[in-house]
Amino acid sequence: MIEITVKLFAQYRADHFKLEKRVYPKGTAVEGVIIETGIPIERFPIGVIMVNGRHFQESHILEDGDILSLFPKVGGG
Amino acid sequence: MSDKIYRVNMKDLSYKIEEVPEEWMGLGGRGLTSTIVAAEVDPECHPLGPNNKMVFAPGLLSGTIAANSGRNSLGAKSPLTGGIKESNVGGTSAGIFAKLGVKALIIEDIPEDDSTFYHLHVTKEHVTIEACPELVGKENFEVLDAMLERYDKKVAVMTIGTPGEQRMLISNISVKDPKGKLRSHGRGGMGAVMGSKKIKVITVDAEKYKETHLADPEKFKAANKIFTKALQDNPISGEGLPAFGTNVLVNIINEAGGLPSLNFRSGNSENAEEICGEHMAENIKERGGSTTHGCHAGCVIQCSQTYNDEEGNYLASGFEYEMIWAFGANFGINDLDLIAKIDNLMDDIGVDAIETGVTFGVAAEGGLLEFGDGETVYKILSEDVPNGTPVGRIIGSGAGNVGKLYGLVRVPVVKNQSIPAYEPRAIKGQGITYATTPMGADHTAGYAVATNILNSGGYIDPLKKEGQVALSRNLQIASAAIDSTGMCIFVAFPALDDPACLPALIDMINARFGINLTADDVTSLGARILKTEHEFNLKAGLTAADDRIPEFMKYEALPPHNAIWDFTNEEIDAFWDF
Ligand code: SF4
Repeated sequence: MIEITVKLFAQYRADHFKLEKRVYPKGTAVEGVIIETGIPIERFPIGVIMVNGRHFQESHILEDGDILSLFPKVGGG
Repeated sequence: MSDKIYRVNMKDLSYKIEEVPEEWMGLGGRGLTSTIVAAEVDPECHPLGPNNKMVFAPGLLSGTIAANSGRNSLGAKSPLTGGIKESNVGGTSAGIFAKLGVKALIIEDIPEDDSTFYHLHVTKEHVTIEACPELVGKENFEVLDAMLERYDKKVAVMTIGTPGEQRMLISNISVKDPKGKLRSHGRGGMGAVMGSKKIKVITVDAEKYKETHLADPEKFKAANKIFTKALQDNPISGEGLPAFGTNVLVNIINEAGGLPSLNFRSGNSENAEEICGEHMAENIKERGGSTTHGCHAGCVIQCSQTYNDEEGNYLASGFEYEMIWAFGANFGINDLDLIAKIDNLMDDIGVDAIETGVTFGVAAEGGLLEFGDGETVYKILSEDVPNGTPVGRIIGSGAGNVGKLYGLVRVPVVKNQSIPAYEPRAIKGQGITYATTPMGADHTAGYAVATNILNSGGYIDPLKKEGQVALSRNLQIASAAIDSTGMCIFVAFPALDDPACLPALIDMINARFGINLTADDVTSLGARILKTEHEFNLKAGLTAADDRIPEFMKYEALPPHNAIWDFTNEEIDAFWDF
């Protein structure tokens, strides 16, 4: 098993959490975490995925100790 | 009836209303202000002397029903950067200028008798210029109240506080918004230019205007519908900005390691969770403020908000990411309410959030005060700055000058203007914009954050050099064109991702004026504006050596990614190959 620190932002926080350490089977991709957390990606599609502060795709395979940050589409300026 | 140029001369307190020269006809907003400044202002003039001019111009679509079209541009030579400046603002001035038929308001020279300040009132037929000794020494909200007492409540108001009167480089020009609060022509020390011309306040008559004339009203309406829909359907402009405001950026920029903290020592801030947009939205919900509010009529995005304290009393509105970053992450105040209190004070006295915040960061580095000491900031801004004490003058002189006074190396400025809320080392496309824009470090000139961090308009790795110069160039050209339309910068998000958005915008311009611009024409307009501005700067004495990121960023690695600024001069200078 691997331990991942999952951080949620903007609309994903409502009814969920800000930050949690969660355990997943080895070989879990970002996509697996997205589904498992049940964040509302239909209403608010994924905008940005970061692992340890770098951008990745949903297919990226996570490693033990990774910090995964999930954002819907956000912007400003 | 055709629009006119209103030209005021402060030396003899006279005015003229002139026909619009042929070559200025198709221009508005930034395109017009930069063209006029380049044509009429001696690039070598002292920005606070008689030969500088202030040029106000509403955007091409301002005054129409087009969504988000109410931005007003102000051009001049900047006393902060020594180069050309265009600073645009929401509020009600653009719409009223446009409806009155004011294509541009040009203000020249300086009064012979400089013992008092003046009030300019612009109506369709006249400009009255009268001394206003009763307003001297007053701050913005008091001036605003005095104007609302005297005129129709819709009157447009542009005013300076005491920092502008004292020609401080952090001073801005404040503009009334539809709710009677203030927005600002923030950057570049524009308040100092207005102060140098001895103008305290400009009002524009909102009683006798006509609706703007549309060459093809049907076509205009149809295009506006498509355009509005593009803004509303886009997840950023339609959902994220109304729900969280621009401050939603604190967390994502922090996560990416690009949130400049404690005077640009780190790309992460310990305070992020305290000051972030999510926390702010929670507070607003609990305390009964409002997350949605437009800075001008016709805004369908409504990124602005009203923020109250725990008792439900008003603290601030238009509480933006830049302000919260500058004082929260970069200066280190971990209390959102105190930052809001400072924000409201800064609206009242009229100083730029970014320049002032970064200046306090540099001053803390120099030992004038401690990082995070918001109470002292409040005291300096409420007492020293208005009274022009030596400490007030030091802070009022901006980050670059404070760095020199204290003998510092870590001074985050480009062309002497403070770097905003995105670290150039960790968001390199944004760094190219800071280095090359003729405006001095300015994030809105070419918002590469969109593509480096937010996955808007594709994705280019923020920590790598590849593709950044071209990205910044394309964005700067597009922004120069958008700044000419009167549209707010957030139109850029749907424009980057929704193919229906830009054609609809161009259709509206065509339907307004009865012309046939193509997308290529708009791009070449943007390119021409940039080149005009760049040429002005070269004639003013700026060189390629001014298109540079501060040297410390080349050898101080920025945590958490240990990023350095690694572009060669040749790579940066290639920006201008177009
Ligand atoms: S989106 Fe924000 S900045 Fe743009 S016009 Fe609306 S309130 Fe003003």
